[in-house]
Amino acid sequence: MSIIHTSVGHSVERLDAAEKASGEAHYVDDLYRPGMLHGIVLGSIHAHARIRGYKLDAARAIPGVAAILTGEDFSCARTGAFCKDEVPLARGKTIYMGEPVAAVAACDIDTARRAANAIEIDYEPLPAVLTIDQALAAGAPLVHEDLSNYVKIAPSFSEGNVLWQCRLEEGKIDSAWSQCDVIVEDEFETAAQHHMYMEPCGALAEIDRGGRVTIWSSCQSVHLVQQRTAEWLSVPMSRIRALAPKIGGGFGAKGGLHVQHLAAALALKTGRPVKMVLSRVEDFEIVRSRHPARIFMKTGAKKDGTLLAREARILLDGGAYADESPTVLSFAVLMARGPYRIAHLRSRGLVVYTNKLKASAFRGFGNPQVTFAGESQIDRIAEVLGIHPVELRLRNAVDAGDRWAGGQTLHACGLRECLTKLHNVVEAAPPLPATAQHRRGIGYSAFAHISGLLSTACNIYLRSDGSLAVNTGVVDIGQGSDTILTQICADALMLTPERVSFAEPDSDSSPWNWKTAASRVTYMAGRVVLAASIEVRDKILHQAAEIMECSAEDVEVRPGGLVGLKGIAGKTVTFGQVASHALARFGGPIMGSSSLLFDGERLDPKRSLLEGFAFGNLGAYIFGAQAVEVDVDDVTGAVRVLRVWSAHDVGRAINPKMVEGQIQGGFVQGLGYALTEEMQWDESGRLTNPTLMDYKVPTALDAPLEINPLIIEHPEPSGPFGAKGVGEPGLIGAAASIANAVAKATGKRMHRLPMTPERVLDALIGEA
Amino acid sequence: MNPTISLTLTVNGERQALQVEPFETLLTTLRERLRLTAAKRGCNQGVCGACSVLVGGEPARACLSLTANCVDSAITTVEGLSTPLALSPLQAAMVSSGAIQCGFCTPGMLVTLTALLQRCPRPSRDDIRVAVSSNLCRCTGYQKIVDAVIATIERSSV
Repeated sequence: MSIIHTSVGHSVERLDAAEKASGEAHYVDDLYRPGMLHGIVLGSIHAHARIRGYKLDAARAIPGVAAILTGEDFSCARTGAFCKDEVPLARGKTIYMGEPVAAVAACDIDTARRAANAIEIDYEPLPAVLTIDQALAAGAPLVHEDLSNYVKIAPSFSEGNVLWQCRLEEGKIDSAWSQCDVIVEDEFETAAQHHMYMEPCGALAEIDRGGRVTIWSSCQSVHLVQQRTAEWLSVPMSRIRALAPKIGGGFGAKGGLHVQHLAAALALKTGRPVKMVLSRVEDFEIVRSRHPARIFMKTGAKKDGTLLAREARILLDGGAYADESPTVLSFAVLMARGPYRIAHLRSRGLVVYTNKLKASAFRGFGNPQVTFAGESQIDRIAEVLGIHPVELRLRNAVDAGDRWAGGQTLHACGLRECLTKLHNVVEAAPPLPATAQHRRGIGYSAFAHISGLLSTACNIYLRSDGSLAVNTGVVDIGQGSDTILTQICADALMLTPERVSFAEPDSDSSPWNWKTAASRVTYMAGRVVLAASIEVRDKILHQAAEIMECSAEDVEVRPGGLVGLKGIAGKTVTFGQVASHALARFGGPIMGSSSLLFDGERLDPKRSLLEGFAFGNLGAYIFGAQAVEVDVDDVTGAVRVLRVWSAHDVGRAINPKMVEGQIQGGFVQGLGYALTEEMQWDESGRLTNPTLMDYKVPTALDAPLEINPLIIEHPEPSGPFGAKGVGEPGLIGAAASIANAVAKATGKRMHRLPMTPERVLDALIGEA
Repeated sequence: MNPTISLTLTVNGERQALQVEPFETLLTTLRERLRLTAAKRGCNQGVCGACSVLVGGEPARACLSLTANCVDSAITTVEGLSTPLALSPLQAAMVSSGAIQCGFCTPGMLVTLTALLQRCPRPSRDDIRVAVSSNLCRCTGYQKIVDAVIATIERSSV
């Protein structure tokens, strides 16, 4: 049966927009429970110190203090998704400044804070390592002395402060260089970026009389909150229920725990509800950042522009705990080739521990760093060879049927169309008026990413009135996935979205969903929603045939919740009649369910040399290309982005306006990464700019006048209606396109992010 | 417990008799005492704008305003911009323009932009960008927020 699209492809308004516009949407800090206590964390004052003891009596004696926890209150083993190195509260020693060393619950925040200040901790300071070089130096102090004994889920090649190493080789790189007519070599450096979601992290935990804990929190997965909190509290997952209210952005940082386990532990200790919401400063200091990176890259090409060889060595600063570092490293190594046919590749890297905030997942996941390096070099080669940057990219672009590094086949690829359309639009754009003492340039980048990973599931049932209830466990962190998934179900059953409800994620009742990450929800959750919808549709047809006393082959679903006899206009039964029949007369409730583990090809060790990969397969590849026009002020070195065109192959745009929103928002977050955002630590290990006064995220005046999204649709065969994700790509190429535009404007190649006015001015002055 | 003072605030047209701490901020009073939670605590430092409310018709950072200083002014929060059945034209345009993603900045944006349209009914795109620049948004890249204001103006002039 063909499917007529009633809402897919249309910019349906997001389901929760009116609730958010009215101010009625509730985020975790907007929730209150009777008798609720307020919790806070006490952060370590040393980057690295042994904890010799605690004096808690003075704090406990303050009226209104209900409970104090330290690392000694937790008996759990170390945990972690890839390397089990993390503890719920610092235990034995603290390994970064600000690390939670105690948690307090009291009648109000002020009392809790007074109590935290009254806690005395006997520290023995230890020498700290704060940079990649310090971590790798011979005889460096060890962040984790026991690293060799930690459990790891794959070979990690750990030693000293090196948490993980990873390597991929294809072709014959060492002999390939002699065939190259041009070779460029550079070292690039990128900074720690903070996610800076608008809503600081927080959790509210409550226990019932049976001791079961309910946790509302700002998160990207209720199931991971449940699983990891249970691990840290040493209780079965069935004793924890995790819920998600509205989430004020995540960008990767809320994919793991922040304070959920502390709120839960305090609630268990006191028997009362406990709310913990981080201050902005605490949020900067203790949640997560993007990995700072140092990347050595070498790329070679023939005179005709054929890219022949690339070598990348990627050093990542992972901070105090592993968290997602092994996968970020593996992904950076995998993406360093870029979206090009390059026969000879050696990509390798390592991630080190340092005595700083842990680096982890952040929109792009290691890809923005290597894309900045790789795409800068593509432009250098284009310049040396006198080939237009778009033309050089087109000559080497991957196509459907090609394989990515590591072996996965690309089943759909619109990169060529992205580049071509982008170029045409940019060439046709009217030039902006020039300004004295300013230099203008347009820079390009091309990039790929993945959409997928791991597992997810969906249940759908048909209500007695013929409307549908969809339950996936997916947390909408602001990007609008509730609406997208509703559209997919509605379309599969030819209903308007109003006849489909989308259940709030609840670890008690929602089927497993890994998390909102990896540009995966439209693609992965969309696939299971579509499959479950089709199962419901087939059961509806079967039931309707029973009612109409005919064969299921003779009936069809029609728009508006009807089933009719094929070829006969009038005769129909409604979904409501079908549901009632199923509930009372025959068959029982109509339900559909689907579960999925990403089923694409795995990395192929017969094709490539592969070492230290923390994943076996990833997802569908997604592609994009971007052009950016910048203005560089000769006097101040300030870079302004004037206009952006960003072309993205999304397979199929389920909701074009939301796709545009991802592209525009992603770009501006990338603009911050490129130009202003840098978490900075002093030599004692203190984060010196943990406020929005000192850490500069782009405002509306920093954002370009126009960001023009170009939506390209090369349907992904495995995707729902051909769709794949677009959550991350808007950011991935931003630093590279801006750096290439600055180079076009000034002739100067920037090797370090962010490209602050000082750094640009240094480069400009260097030209004299 | 700190000592409190008695005062009366006018919030969204309703007079409220309250006991507050002398140095209590308007944001704390609105959120913790009145349970008007639309104004958000984004940075508590006056930078992000998520706590913006109208005090005497002018946008103010509730996190930096002392409640005791607001007794003589009418205070409007986002809860006061719509009725239970109808959003304001600007709110409706934010919805239809795709200007809302995570929504955490939305109440503050609405307050700032409502004040802009009261002060200047037909702002240019640049005027709007200047006004929006007092509030941070991390999701939208600001484009569709500016679009929403333009849509509001266009609809009001039909």
